[in-house]
Amino acid sequence: MARALANYRICDFTGQLAGAGATRHLAAFGAEVIRIEDPVNEGRWDILRGQPPYPDERRGINLGGAFNNHNTEKLGITLNLRTERGKELLRDLVRISDAVTENFSAGVMERLGFGYEQLRELKPDIVYVSNSGFGGSGPYRDYKTWGPIVQAISGLTWTSKLRDQPPAGWGYSYMDHTGAYYMAIGLLAALHHRNVTGEGQWVDMACTEAGATLTGPATLDYTVNGRPTRRDGLPDSNHSEWPPMAPHAIYPAAGEDNWIAIACRNEDDWRALAAVVAEPWTDDPRFASLEARREHEDALDALLAAWTGAREAFETAARLRDAGVPAAAVARPEDRIDHDPSTAAWGLWPEITQTEMGRVRVDGVPVHLSETDWRLERGAPCLGEHNEYVFGELLGLDSSEVEQLHEDGVI
Amino acid sequence: MTQPSTPAPGPQSGPLTGLRVVELCDEAGELAGKLLGDMGADVIKVEPPEGARTRGYEPFLGDEPHPERSLYFWHYNTSKRSVTLDLETDEGREAFRRLVANADVLVEDQPPGRLAALGLDYADLRAANPQLIHAAITSFGRDDPRSLEPFTDLTILAGGGPVWSCGYDDHSLPPVRGGGGQGFQTGCHWALISILTALLHRDGGGEGQFIDVSMHAASNVTTEAASYQWLVANNTVQRQTGRHAAPSPSIPTQREAADGRWINTGLFPRYPDQFTTVIEWLREVDLLDAFEEAPLLEVAAGREGMLNIGRIGEDGEEAALLAAGREAMNLLAARLPAYEFFEGAQQRGFQVGIIYAPEEVIADPHFVARGFPTEIEHPELDRSFTYPGAPWRFGASPWAISRRPPLLGGHTEELLAELGLAPAGAD
Repeated sequence: MARALANYRICDFTGQLAGAGATRHLAAFGAEVIRIEDPVNEGRWDILRGQPPYPDERRGINLGGAFNNHNTEKLGITLNLRTERGKELLRDLVRISDAVTENFSAGVMERLGFGYEQLRELKPDIVYVSNSGFGGSGPYRDYKTWGPIVQAISGLTWTSKLRDQPPAGWGYSYMDHTGAYYMAIGLLAALHHRNVTGEGQWVDMACTEAGATLTGPATLDYTVNGRPTRRDGLPDSNHSEWPPMAPHAIYPAAGEDNWIAIACRNEDDWRALAAVVAEPWTDDPRFASLEARREHEDALDALLAAWTGAREAFETAARLRDAGVPAAAVARPEDRIDHDPSTAAWGLWPEITQTEMGRVRVDGVPVHLSETDWRLERGAPCLGEHNEYVFGELLGLDSSEVEQLHEDGVI
Repeated sequence: MTQPSTPAPGPQSGPLTGLRVVELCDEAGELAGKLLGDMGADVIKVEPPEGARTRGYEPFLGDEPHPERSLYFWHYNTSKRSVTLDLETDEGREAFRRLVANADVLVEDQPPGRLAALGLDYADLRAANPQLIHAAITSFGRDDPRSLEPFTDLTILAGGGPVWSCGYDDHSLPPVRGGGGQGFQTGCHWALISILTALLHRDGGGEGQFIDVSMHAASNVTTEAASYQWLVANNTVQRQTGRHAAPSPSIPTQREAADGRWINTGLFPRYPDQFTTVIEWLREVDLLDAFEEAPLLEVAAGREGMLNIGRIGEDGEEAALLAAGREAMNLLAARLPAYEFFEGAQQRGFQVGIIYAPEEVIADPHFVARGFPTEIEHPELDRSFTYPGAPWRFGASPWAISRRPPLLGGHTEELLAELGLAPAGAD
């Protein structure tokens, strides 16, 4: 099958998930993504390199599970940018690349001598995408973030909580994933603009701004109606305010830490749920309409929880869906990875081959393209694994010159 | 800044200027149309005669329910034109075919089978437009029988993985679905990545294609460690208040500040100079004398290198020093108002966060300085309103909300005229 992005080369300084996650998607569709890593500290500007989880007892800079997951299908070279020769080689690589990507703190690339102005001198139509916590300007430009900090500042932590409880937040770096999605979107859109107009550009992406677009109706309720979310024990995100639904929550199921999500979108759903539950309380006038159920939500939730609490989550959810009611067991990782026919049929957990780790499963891609689908086969690069190819084939050095670069500590 | 309203037909700014998109979406997919439109595409939203379902969603302007007053609809439908078509009629279907024949992209979130039954699926549309990129956003993918089952954002996030990782240390409380419709939005983010990928393929001489977007799959691969801990090492992560779900418990990082707001204390001091900074900060705000473990901070400040969290188990002093650093930060967090702690800590190089409500983000001085709040005129109301702004700063092709969210069918006449069709009932 054709590769949609086979003609694109990315000079990639990204790390962790927020950055590496973005160029991963381009690599999955065939772009040549070349990770630049520092030989002196063994690529540890990406703090995930060599870190757990590990598939077996072995440990080492090339064996980190998270790094492998985020960097599948990429190439990797080492380049010591403290040396003039290293900078020269980077300039050569930029000249034959379509884009430069990074998620350092704002200003780091400028200090390295590779800010946008310098990059465009090397290649006038280069697309440069920077992804930082607060962007390349503004009073917080130099403040530091990682996923949970971005989520705190952009309103996502606050809007994830139960009534009258502290914020629960997101139990992972949702904004590293989503920041990576926005970075990939910005990069692809800027490449299209270049294809159409011949013009490159700097795309300055701030993860906190991307995050602040993700609770839009709540923001407008404040700017338009003056109604803040910080009121009356709210937010209460397992319930549904917009649109109003009731019942709508996560209820206990039989066994240890098992849960089931149930949502009634309308009166049909409610009647269908009541028919499955088949207990007298479902006829209670307190629950006769959406308004009434919202008003008596605590009582409704308690009664429904007593019913779900005695039942197995997956089976009950399936029964409810068969009756037309949206319902899902809260899936553990093993449930959705090893026991979910839908993810299996999708091919969502491909097994790749990483040079040192061997065969390992990674996240797949949640879209299928009819003509140019994704492919994940090669694992993350070992440190300097593609030096021969990049310095030799792409930049035209012969093997003795590449050997010399090794000896001189340039690569 | 106020965005000027742009004359028809298409926006003149943004990296997708010149791209024409037809959108047939309700709540699951309409963010995709907004993202494309705000980047410059001419997005035509096809609505049934009675209007898109989301026009009925709260909150409403002034709490008055009305199809033109839904703030939910407003947010997700900027930079679009609206045409009303009854796809149950021959005229409506013919107009839809003509619209799509002249478009680059069709993005839709219809239940599998609906478009095929109407004779409007990719197989029917591609003959007239081989360049068409048709992205279908469904719950489980077009071919999965579960896509015919009922779903909401809540059930997508519960079944797809995110909910398992979110909640509280106290596991007698249910896990939490994060707010804002992130299950649907994650599907839309993937629709964008794949549509633009297909567009670059076309830029290089390729033809159009069909894209199958699964919200369930999208949530599944948006769970970070929960997935790779299982894939790589068969570890199951467990939820914790305000921090990463993990195979084994970690130290709490969420604190209530002196003004009742919450902060995330982020990464605690580990380097000697960070301990020196903490000592000085405590002194500045008159808390040093009250802090019993101040001598331990002095010891840590005198260390040679970074304190090693990995040695905590084997080295009592290491653990005591790191704990003193944490307690010092927690004391500062408890005694200072949240913003003062956030600003003070960040200016001293500590990675901490204030837990803002959405209404506070839009008013924050950094976001204001960068022009994030975006004023949009609503001429029919003779008012302008502040919308969330740009996720990206495109240096050469600026992001912009080119149009206010459309009035229902507000562009039907002009669009049908563009297609050479008479408006329904005009003949």
